[in-house]
Amino acid sequence: MATQHSRSAARIMMAPAVILLLGWMLIPLTMTLVFSFKRYLPLRGGDLGWVGFENYVRFVSSSAFWPSVQTTLIIVGGVLVITIIFGILLSILLDQPMWGQGVVRILVIAPFFVMPTVSALVWKNMFMDPVNGLFAHLWKAFGAQPIEWLSDASLFSIILIVSWQWLPFATLILLTAIQSLDSEQLEAAEMDGAPPLSRFAYITLPHLSRAITIVLLIQTIFLLAIFAEIFVTTSGAFGTRTLTYLIYQRVLESQNVGLGSAGGVYAIILANIVAIFLMRIVGKNLDT
Amino acid sequence: MGQITLNQITKSFGDVQVIPPLDLRIDDGEFVVFVGPSGCGKSTLLRLIAGLEDITSGEINIDGKDATEVPPAKRGLAMVFQSYALYPHMSVRKNIAFPLRMAGLDKAEQDNKVEAAAKVLNLTDYLERRPGQLSGGQRQRVAIGRAIVREPAAFLFDEPLSNLDAALRVNMRLEISELHQTLETTMIYVTHDQVEAMTMADKIVVLQAGIIEQVGSPLELYHTPRNRFVAGFIGSPKMNFMMGAFSAEYDAATIGIRPEHISVSHTEGKWSGKVGVSEHLGSDTFLYVDVDGLEDPVTVRSTGEVAFRHGDAVHLTPDPEKIHRFDNQGLRMA
Repeated sequence: MATQHSRSAARIMMAPAVILLLGWMLIPLTMTLVFSFKRYLPLRGGDLGWVGFENYVRFVSSSAFWPSVQTTLIIVGGVLVITIIFGILLSILLDQPMWGQGVVRILVIAPFFVMPTVSALVWKNMFMDPVNGLFAHLWKAFGAQPIEWLSDASLFSIILIVSWQWLPFATLILLTAIQSLDSEQLEAAEMDGAPPLSRFAYITLPHLSRAITIVLLIQTIFLLAIFAEIFVTTSGAFGTRTLTYLIYQRVLESQNVGLGSAGGVYAIILANIVAIFLMRIVGKNLDT
Repeated sequence: MGQITLNQITKSFGDVQVIPPLDLRIDDGEFVVFVGPSGCGKSTLLRLIAGLEDITSGEINIDGKDATEVPPAKRGLAMVFQSYALYPHMSVRKNIAFPLRMAGLDKAEQDNKVEAAAKVLNLTDYLERRPGQLSGGQRQRVAIGRAIVREPAAFLFDEPLSNLDAALRVNMRLEISELHQTLETTMIYVTHDQVEAMTMADKIVVLQAGIIEQVGSPLELYHTPRNRFVAGFIGSPKMNFMMGAFSAEYDAATIGIRPEHISVSHTEGKWSGKVGVSEHLGSDTFLYVDVDGLEDPVTVRSTGEVAFRHGDAVHLTPDPEKIHRFDNQGLRMA
């Protein structure tokens, strides 16, 4: 029974949470916006006043900008493709009744619990190191020259590391979706003469479309901001400088807060463009 | 064509044998109903015929050919599932056309067959809708449509009406019976509802714990149940069973008498008792009478106009011609 009184009481009680949440979002956003219109060099004179759109122009016209956007999109796209394809395959596999199912499922989810920094360092030193890494030993065992993963195949290496981290997430969501598929539908399709591959294409995949959409959206949001994996492996060298990393370099390495903030605003715009784009493609999946 | 023979088939899940060796012959064009309480193996039996479960031993013949190892799609049978199992992301048209598409028919031919099936089932106006936008009865018809277009040797129905409300169930029952008259195809129908079995079947197969208790026409089962289980399962309200002094008089371990074969009177009769609850249905009245010397109340079916009140003393007389006698194994005595 929402009376006038209880409603205003409810508002007052919700206020701290709402204010905290808004403050959490709005203060950094406003500060970024404010700094982006200023020439602000903390170690070289501090706040040097308003400069209008100069930072925005400089950030875009820098030769590093477009390559960084491209790198970002390649990494995000690559990870999405790998995690969704392998996520579907893994979830189908895990859905089969087998001995030790519970343990296997926990093991599959495990990479998600490892911190990005740690997993990137483990990959860098234990697998991809050209001298002591497991891959190097494997290559040598076959008499091949070990690949210098992080310099020769830097972008692919990063995609591999990030995919490994996000595969459990995709698998988990897709597995729950697969488990909710009515087995009678598959049996009906079997009676209707659909071979296994057609059953997958016509029944399972459409059933998964909503879960795939969710994986796509959530992962995109997080993948646009990956940083630790790049920081501890290549430090942005060998063409692995993403937009996020470029902003970090502008702010901390060049000590130019104004320029970095302008980059931050571009990153917000890019994230929104990608999000709108994705919603358009997959939005109809969420309707039905 | 749709003649199916089951020859000594068994089914085990692990160590549990759910279907002991079983023989059954289903003739072309017959409407066969498998009926039994839940867990009696009737759905399993249907799935064995469909090929969705592998039989443990034995042999299935369809139209004289051994179909034991034939995959479900190649057996020429179509199944209607309890949950309808429609494909939710496809329109009604695509749902019905799916088996044709899988068979590789060209588009024009698919359309012709779908339109024809839709016409028979009154679905023409709904072809472009999704299953989610249809009512229960319409979904049921789509599921049947998907089965019809394949022109199967036999239709298999797995409790198709159990998700519908009572009024719709009666309608669909008639529609399925009508469909059987039109198509003259073999139909195998699984249900736990003996009313559905009695009203639709040419031949009823009563199952209990995987064992066939009796096979026969609805009236055969009603008039001459082979044992106590069939006697109690077929007929509504259920048959009354009496033991002890009541059955000794007829020289049997148990006697059974159907509610409609007992006459009731205020003044005189064979057994006396008190009226408990009476249910007035308009056309009939069901009286539950506590007879002296019996634990369970005796159900009596009477005309709609009788006026008995709770607690009235009444006398019951069974029709001696209609008393069923069973021996101590529960089997019918001649």
